Amino acid sequence: MTDLEHRGAGPGGHGELATTDDPRYPVPDPGDPEHLPRLTDVDEAAADRATRQVAIMFGLVPILALIFVVTYFAVPKDDYIDFGPMHTNTQNLVFGLTLGLALLLIGLGAIQWARQLMDDEEKIEYRHGAVSDEEDRTYVLDELDKGIAESKVTRRKVLGRSLLGALGLVALPGVVLLADLGPWPTRKWISGTIATTIWEEGIRLVNDVTYVPIRAEQVQIGQLINAQPENLQEYHGTEFLQEKAKASIIVVRMNPNTIKIPDSRKDWHVGGILCYSKICTHVGCPISLWEQQTHHLLCPCHQSTFDLGDSGVVVFGPAARSLPQLPITVDAEGYLVARDGFSVPTGPSYFERDSRNDFQEGDN
Amino acid sequence: MRFLTARRRHPAAKALLLVFALLVMGALYSALAPSSKSAADTGTSQQVAEGKKLFAVSCASCHGMNGEGQVSGSIQGPPLTGVGAAAVEFQVATGRMPMAHPGAQAAVKPSEFSEDEVLALAAYVASLGPGPAIPEPEQYDPAGLSEEEIARGGELFRTNCSACHNFEGAGGALPNGKYAPSLIGVSNLHLYEAMVTGPQQMPVFSNGVLTIDDKRAIIGYLNELHEQPNRGGLALGGLGPVAEGLWAWVVGIGVLILFAIWIAAKGVKAR
Amino acid sequence: MAKPAPTTSDGRSVAAETPPKQLGPVFKAAAGPAVWADERIGVAKLSRPFIRKVFPDHWSFLLGEIALYSFIILLLTGVFLTLWFKPSMAEIEYEGTYQLLRGLQMSEAFESTLAISFDIRGGLLIRQMHHWAAMLFLAAMLAHSLRIFFTGAFRKPREVNWLIGVGLLSIGLVEGFAGYSLPDDLLSGTGLRFVDGLIRSIPIIGTWAEMFMFGGEFPGSLIVARLYMAHILLIPAVLLGLIAAHLALVVYHKHTQYPGPGRNEGNVVGYPVFPVYMAKAGGFFFIVFGVITLMGGLMQINPLWTYGPYNPAQVTAGSQPDWYMGFVEGAIRIMPNWETNLANTTWSWNVAIPGFGLMGAMFGLMAVYPFIERWVTGDNTEHHVLERPRNNPTRTAFGVAAMTCYGLFWIGGGNDLVATQFHVSLNSVTYFLRVMVFVGPVIAFIVTKRICIGLQRSDEERLLHGAESAIIVRDPSGSYSEAHVPIGQEEAYSLTQHKEMLPLAPLTEQGDLTDRKFKAEQRRRKATRFYFLDALRKPTRAELEAAAHHHDDHGDGDGHDGDGHGGNRHGNGHGTKEIGAGTGARRAQE
Repeated sequence: MTDLEHRGAGPGGHGELATTDDPRYPVPDPGDPEHLPRLTDVDEAAADRATRQVAIMFGLVPILALIFVVTYFAVPKDDYIDFGPMHTNTQNLVFGLTLGLALLLIGLGAIQWARQLMDDEEKIEYRHGAVSDEEDRTYVLDELDKGIAESKVTRRKVLGRSLLGALGLVALPGVVLLADLGPWPTRKWISGTIATTIWEEGIRLVNDVTYVPIRAEQVQIGQLINAQPENLQEYHGTEFLQEKAKASIIVVRMNPNTIKIPDSRKDWHVGGILCYSKICTHVGCPISLWEQQTHHLLCPCHQSTFDLGDSGVVVFGPAARSLPQLPITVDAEGYLVARDGFSVPTGPSYFERDSRNDFQEGDN
Repeated sequence: MRFLTARRRHPAAKALLLVFALLVMGALYSALAPSSKSAADTGTSQQVAEGKKLFAVSCASCHGMNGEGQVSGSIQGPPLTGVGAAAVEFQVATGRMPMAHPGAQAAVKPSEFSEDEVLALAAYVASLGPGPAIPEPEQYDPAGLSEEEIARGGELFRTNCSACHNFEGAGGALPNGKYAPSLIGVSNLHLYEAMVTGPQQMPVFSNGVLTIDDKRAIIGYLNELHEQPNRGGLALGGLGPVAEGLWAWVVGIGVLILFAIWIAAKGVKAR
Repeated sequence: MAKPAPTTSDGRSVAAETPPKQLGPVFKAAAGPAVWADERIGVAKLSRPFIRKVFPDHWSFLLGEIALYSFIILLLTGVFLTLWFKPSMAEIEYEGTYQLLRGLQMSEAFESTLAISFDIRGGLLIRQMHHWAAMLFLAAMLAHSLRIFFTGAFRKPREVNWLIGVGLLSIGLVEGFAGYSLPDDLLSGTGLRFVDGLIRSIPIIGTWAEMFMFGGEFPGSLIVARLYMAHILLIPAVLLGLIAAHLALVVYHKHTQYPGPGRNEGNVVGYPVFPVYMAKAGGFFFIVFGVITLMGGLMQINPLWTYGPYNPAQVTAGSQPDWYMGFVEGAIRIMPNWETNLANTTWSWNVAIPGFGLMGAMFGLMAVYPFIERWVTGDNTEHHVLERPRNNPTRTAFGVAAMTCYGLFWIGGGNDLVATQFHVSLNSVTYFLRVMVFVGPVIAFIVTKRICIGLQRSDEERLLHGAESAIIVRDPSGSYSEAHVPIGQEEAYSLTQHKEMLPLAPLTEQGDLTDRKFKAEQRRRKATRFYFLDALRKPTRAELEAAAHHHDDHGDGDGHDGDGHGGNRHGNGHGTKEIGAGTGARRAQE
């Protein structure tokens, strides 16, 4: 017996357990509890009241819909309303309230109708097992056998095998059609794109948004400047954003006596003015949360923290590599310029990235 | 309560009771003690002298008698030579200084000083060494800016400021218990002064790089942003998706579950 | 009623014969069109099995409905939005009504979203409804899957439906992410940058996947259009298919039901589809729709005009994805910064493990769990009566442990907001969570299991000693006790109806099993002991009768002096010691 039958299933038994002796089921099924009437079943006045409630709920809906329509045409769309904590667009508020209440009332009316007025006697339906009948199974298997025999595929096996091969391999063009989804990141391609930025020797540092070049003497100790390369303006649209996503920088000035400057980076700064990539080496968010006194730079996305007073090494958080530093100097007119491009790729890591050149704690 | 009465004859009981009484008295005093108010005389040298007196009482214990700073010991305050009048006006008028107790961050609280006293302190500290002066209104007043300039101020805000202060200026977290405070309700003067002086961990945004007009544009953008109605309804704190997710669960799922319970409830029976 | 229908060539009449009874108004009114339809598509034949199908009634069965109705609302509001949204990253200068962005460069996608929010009447309402509905869709799916898990509704024959559900949940996550990234605003663009870095960091294939997804370097000009296609065409089609299959299986298997009088594995007790269930379900649809509309009008969500257009050099403090991605965000934040450099390659464990590893682990464990439990119990019977969570303490404890782990990662996703709102150090929150995501679930497991066993004990109390009656009785020796009232047979049946799984002792001899099978069976038996040893066994019929007898012996069986155990002995709830069955036997090893 399946467990279904064991437990008294089937149209015949309605719950009285066949297994009254089974110690595992110590209490026999008392059957469906007696149906108790609701107030609305016995009291006609209560039923009338419930009917009225439902009718009123449904009846309010057209009124609300009408208010919605009137508001749509009569109230200017940039009108604002101010009451209580709400200082908001009138149309949006009224639309939401009217339409929302209208829909809600339809639902509430339907539920009230179902709960109070519709017949609430519980009905019983019997389950069938999920498994098919033995009869169905044997029939299907039989017919499958007959069909296979009629197809002759068992006698001439090459038919089936060649079909499977054909179906399998015809999918190949479908897969190959996707190969132009994007450029293929060969080493050569990578070195010309994600591994490099538009920074070169002589490019001036300019303030982001205003594109005004930065004079070294204007930069005070404790200052942070969000900057870009001046040649970014030569790009437009998609290319502009792509280059910006790699070339954005920040310029900070610290007292040179309070920071660690390794020998290899002695000429990368100008009197305590240092320039770092703005793009986090974790997954690429721009960072400009700089703490003036601790020299720590915090990325707001996942809290990677870099010490700009120690060549950008990671002091906290999930980033694994130090922040790339851009070597800078001053040109003849006193403006900050790049001495060279970045020595390592900026931004998040990728498998083909050679990370042996990144600055590590303790390097000189 | 039995815990205390059972130990009322404990040898340490008297000492502990004394400590407790001292704490209560201290708390009552700080809550009820009047703050000193004195009028400042006119005239700069008068202001400096007045400021020096106020400084000695309120600031010297951390910053040294001549503002030279204390960088060792348990109570530290940076040197104030060169911070300028603007820094003092900002710190004192917003109540950040004097700090209630040493800590990672100076929090905003009601200022202990009147406007004149603030100016006196500022004048004194400015006399210790040249630094940014308190700005004139035309430097920080955004009146007269065009729509495009204010929109550009928004770009500048989102490039330089929102990483710490959030897109609404609602504030954000910094490492180790520090935070970038909310900018909502902050006066234009203080916005300007903060940018110029770089208080505590905030960096400096000097006028040579972020010009006065740039600063006015940012201030103008913030003013307009905070006056904007919340077009979509209640703003839910301006904290972004975290608050929205919380309300989706609490209001959305919560209310719907309440309805679901009503729908499936057995209800009152007649017998 | 109907006029006599023409007969077909084999003589069968195609219209229903007029039954010889009084006809209702619907029958009369619908005669014409109903017959027309029936003659062409066999409406009566189709409707017959379904028209009075019975559905059991419980509030927890409506959670899945919230998800379904939210999905329908997403489709409706989504179509509205597609009428105006431009999925293009082409740059234009903004000249619209929102002055604070006047003159700025932005993509057409962002600009069209601003137009929907400010210039199309009702546009903002529909946009906000769409976003709130998406949040509710995923929240309801999660709540629904928890209900399924804790009541054991995933057991045979419903494992396939459980797998479909896991598919719906995981694909829904991607759909939501794609949706809120479409407007190309600063917040969602930052999220897209994160996903770019995440995909790029996958060892070996990362750059290929990144380039193929974005059509080039980030951000490229294709991603919004591709996400749009996925969001309005591909993924909704998959979701619709899965939802249809999900519902079809519910109809085929019939809905599960909670234990109760008159209910057993062989029947389903409830209300018929027509009219009661239809009214309740239909009414609930309108309630969900109404609540979402009210939320859309009253609660602002995703005010992207304050975020501004996406700019790779801008970011906001408190950058988080929508709540359903929060656990991945948290994992990424608290992960230590492990990276390996081998020759000229970089293996970024710090990104790949929390990014894909965690999602893979969560959905993988969810998918596999029914089969693990099936292996442990060896139970091949069908289950249609739900299990109360307390009666399977180990499963419930696993569920709560998983929820704890998920919840801690979730909190990690908002660690900067935790720091500012509760005035604690950001770094401390991170360190704390690094430990707690491992320790917390273990604690939760232990605590939950004990709570479940405690609840089982209180059930046992009720069965053996009856319910507390609040009548205090003093016996001649001066001690007080509370009289107990025996519970009704209906409750007793509900409490003992479940099929309990038994812990199995190790096999004593190998018999004719192969070595491998023998070891596997021993391991399985050990697992049953882990799962079921601590849980309480139901009282047997003999124990129940002995307990009732015991009460009778001590005076009236109906509670006046019914419980002469006295206060002390009853306090520990093991009066069974007197019966002799003893608690030792309750945990009998077989």
